[in-house]
Amino acid sequence: MAVIKTENLTYIYGEGTPFEKRAVDDISLEINEGEMIGVIGHTGSGKSTLIQHFNGLLKPTSGSVYIDGERLWDDKARLRDIRFKVGLVFQYPEYQLFEESCYKDIAFGPKNMGLSDSEIDKRIKEAAAMVGLKSELLDKSPFELSGGQKRRVAIAGVMAMKPKVLILDEPASGLDPRGREQILGMLKEYYETTKSTVMIVSHSMEDIARYADRILVMNKGRLFCLDETEKVFARADELTAMGLSVPQITRVFSKLKEMGLAIDKEVYTTPYAVKLIMQRLGADQAKG
Amino acid sequence: MIKDITIGQYFPGKSPIHRMDPRVKIILTAVFIVMLFLSKSIWGLLVGAAFTLVTFFISRIPFKLMIKSLKPILPIIIFTGLLNLFFIKTGEEYFHWKIFRITDEGVNTAVFMAVRIICLIIGSSLLTYTTSPIDLTDAIERLLSPLKKIKVPVHELAMMMTIALRFIPTLIEETDKIMSAQKARGADMETGSLMKRAKALIPILVPLFVSSFRRAEELALAMECRCYHGGEGRTRMKQLHMSAVDGIAFVFTAFFLAGVIALNIIL
Repeated sequence: MAVIKTENLTYIYGEGTPFEKRAVDDISLEINEGEMIGVIGHTGSGKSTLIQHFNGLLKPTSGSVYIDGERLWDDKARLRDIRFKVGLVFQYPEYQLFEESCYKDIAFGPKNMGLSDSEIDKRIKEAAAMVGLKSELLDKSPFELSGGQKRRVAIAGVMAMKPKVLILDEPASGLDPRGREQILGMLKEYYETTKSTVMIVSHSMEDIARYADRILVMNKGRLFCLDETEKVFARADELTAMGLSVPQITRVFSKLKEMGLAIDKEVYTTPYAVKLIMQRLGADQAKG
Repeated sequence: MIKDITIGQYFPGKSPIHRMDPRVKIILTAVFIVMLFLSKSIWGLLVGAAFTLVTFFISRIPFKLMIKSLKPILPIIIFTGLLNLFFIKTGEEYFHWKIFRITDEGVNTAVFMAVRIICLIIGSSLLTYTTSPIDLTDAIERLLSPLKKIKVPVHELAMMMTIALRFIPTLIEETDKIMSAQKARGADMETGSLMKRAKALIPILVPLFVSSFRRAEELALAMECRCYHGGEGRTRMKQLHMSAVDGIAFVFTAFFLAGVIALNIIL
């Protein structure tokens, strides 16, 4: 069964004012349990607005959202429970930290869930280990940490709630290449160990291509497509027309294809490209 | 929601009122307020009300928006209306029940005050609806500049006001974002006792303060990098100019003011 499902979801900002804007327009989609989904789209394409519907932070202007088959907004009292099911990490989550120690900040979510102290303690330690936060940092004030560490604390705060679905809005933005790599690698590990559904919103095609099973492309508030990574990048021309770029390696290989090289599959990660080239070279050598 | 706050919101447009010099607008708004308080009779007030309606019509501000800005003061209007209605005991009696007594003077005063307050709010909201905050503070700075002679830091005050106004939408947006983030972590801000709700504000206020200080520091740095050193010798990109529209507005307002004064003398 689909863990997230939307039907004709539409959201209009500032309805009835001169600033009215159709941020999300008639979106119907299904996301299955245990998938890793990449969400891409231009700034203002409605990605962030869309994901805020998945845990009931925004109320659809029309259409509906189902989480685990349950329709949101039918019973407002259930929204809080839904939020524990669908964990949402906002862009620059480090700006939401407020407690005097990292430990207490990570505890905020689990505490709101009404868990026992021992369970909270266990979850904090698990989450901290998952994001690679050293245990001596837990007693420090979050305001003393570096930007990358703060972000880990914030992400751990949502992970400690053990949501069924974890959604992250640009988790790697504003970090240096090494920091990006670490955060994304850590998310991949989280995905593999917990087997939960993970959604990552990102600008970077390279990141998405490496990690996602399926890609959701938004364009001007509309759903352009939700398909397997390979099939999405096969539509490179359309993506480019939208102002989105495909991974560099894909561009290299589509040029090679144009030049007459026979490639049957779309190439979008470097390791796969290396493998392919090695294979070809090996084959040629065997022939020669 | 927090985004619905409309105080001081600018509504972009191209009406003659929008095109007026902000200095003239401020002065005429002051004249308008004087006009409302000068009128002693309901007739004088009607002239003021007519003035309000005409300017409102010219400004082409949507009716809905104006209703929205009137809503918050509705309790005040009702409260003063009731006070006047029940506590003015002079004049001819309409109705008497136990201690409650309603007289014609009471009714008159209640209506008079209500109309006066409504006109006051519409008139002053028109000023903020048709003038961008930047224009407004510019105009205030220019109007107050004679005070520089007696060492009033007019430029600094205006700059502070501009910055404060500039950051209201930013802070609202920021608050909204932090609230969403904490709600996503299960923060509950709508239910519980007063104490519990006050406590629920901490996760919002702490990050908000932290980011305000950060923003203030960044802004100060950015201003210093551009060699900002106060108002001394500073020129403006946008010079304020008076045009024909302003002349017409002056005559128009003077005409109505004369009407009010004339009615006061005659009646």
